[in-house]
Amino acid sequence: MPATRIVAPAKARKGEVIEIKTLINHPQETGFRRDNVGRAIPRDIITRFTCTYAGEEVFRMDLFTGVAANPFVAFTTIATETGDLVFEWTDQHGTVTREQARIVVT
Amino acid sequence: MTSRRRQRFAVLAGLALGLAPLLVAGQERAIAPSDLRSGREFVSPETQAQQDDLTVNPGMLWVEQGEKLWREAAGEAGQSCAACHGEPSRLKGVAARYPVYDAKLGRLLNLEGRIQHCRAERQKADPLAYESQPLLALTALVAHQSRGLPMSVAVDGPAQPFFETGRALYHERQGQLDLSCTQCHDESWGKRLRAERISQGHANGFPIYRLEWQTLGSLHRRLRACFQGVRAEPPASGAPELLALELYLAWRAHGLPIETPAVRR
Repeated sequence: MPATRIVAPAKARKGEVIEIKTLINHPQETGFRRDNVGRAIPRDIITRFTCTYAGEEVFRMDLFTGVAANPFVAFTTIATETGDLVFEWTDQHGTVTREQARIVVT
Repeated sequence: MTSRRRQRFAVLAGLALGLAPLLVAGQERAIAPSDLRSGREFVSPETQAQQDDLTVNPGMLWVEQGEKLWREAAGEAGQSCAACHGEPSRLKGVAARYPVYDAKLGRLLNLEGRIQHCRAERQKADPLAYESQPLLALTALVAHQSRGLPMSVAVDGPAQPFFETGRALYHERQGQLDLSCTQCHDESWGKRLRAERISQGHANGFPIYRLEWQTLGSLHRRLRACFQGVRAEPPASGAPELLALELYLAWRAHGLPIETPAVRR
């Protein structure tokens, strides 16, 4: 499973805007390149990234070949309740990498 | 004339003050310490921000991978790095004095070489390929411990012949373009080369995450790219020439803080 990094606050006040940063180790091979003997390097990209917060989707992104390797995605949401942030990266083969972080809202 | 005399006086005064290690090679640095600029200062503010914020820095993916490998037993001896060294933080400051001359081996070792040597001798494990992901990860982990510390290598005593080799290579015109390192990185730094500003060519952030590579890479990979840039035949990664050059580069960057993992264009 590819390595990931998640930066999200462990605690927040209700109604506060929180920033979430994510990074995943992935080659994002475009499929347009050739190796040093001229063979095409097959495409290998992440196509979708989603984040759910306490079961509700708060962020979704489609990725294409123009996105660089090791995609970094930062976004904001509003702290509503204590719950899990679940991050899912789905690659073109349907393989899902899942990470989660707990946030306590007071 | 006056300035040359002043320089000579400075050398003598330096020796008298016991600054011999810096001057033992009889070489003054082409770039004065006050003019030293890390490669960080030649990249865009966005790239600088990406390097400075460790939560965003993609090189940290390798550092984290290195931490996992650090604790994994490897080889016939079934030992992990942690079994001998404890926490990675205990190696704080080590990267700042590499490459070093190893008296037992009679040759120069950089961090990659030291890790390989440890693997072979202590762990009895198979060697890792020079540019392989695990070796990059472990090197990044060790170098990262010294982030912020000034570069400070020894170039006197047994290291001196290697230093001289590195210095000669640095000043030697090479390849179809007939260029030496010094012509760009000492004489022309700050000028434009197509869309980019020429850096001083300091090696204080390796392994680096290079945007062009889209991955982490070693100093030797970067040096090989330089050789190719001037249309010269690059030595293999880990070759004695590149190690000697690495020592000379570390001496040139004396005092610059280590930035591993640096992010470069």
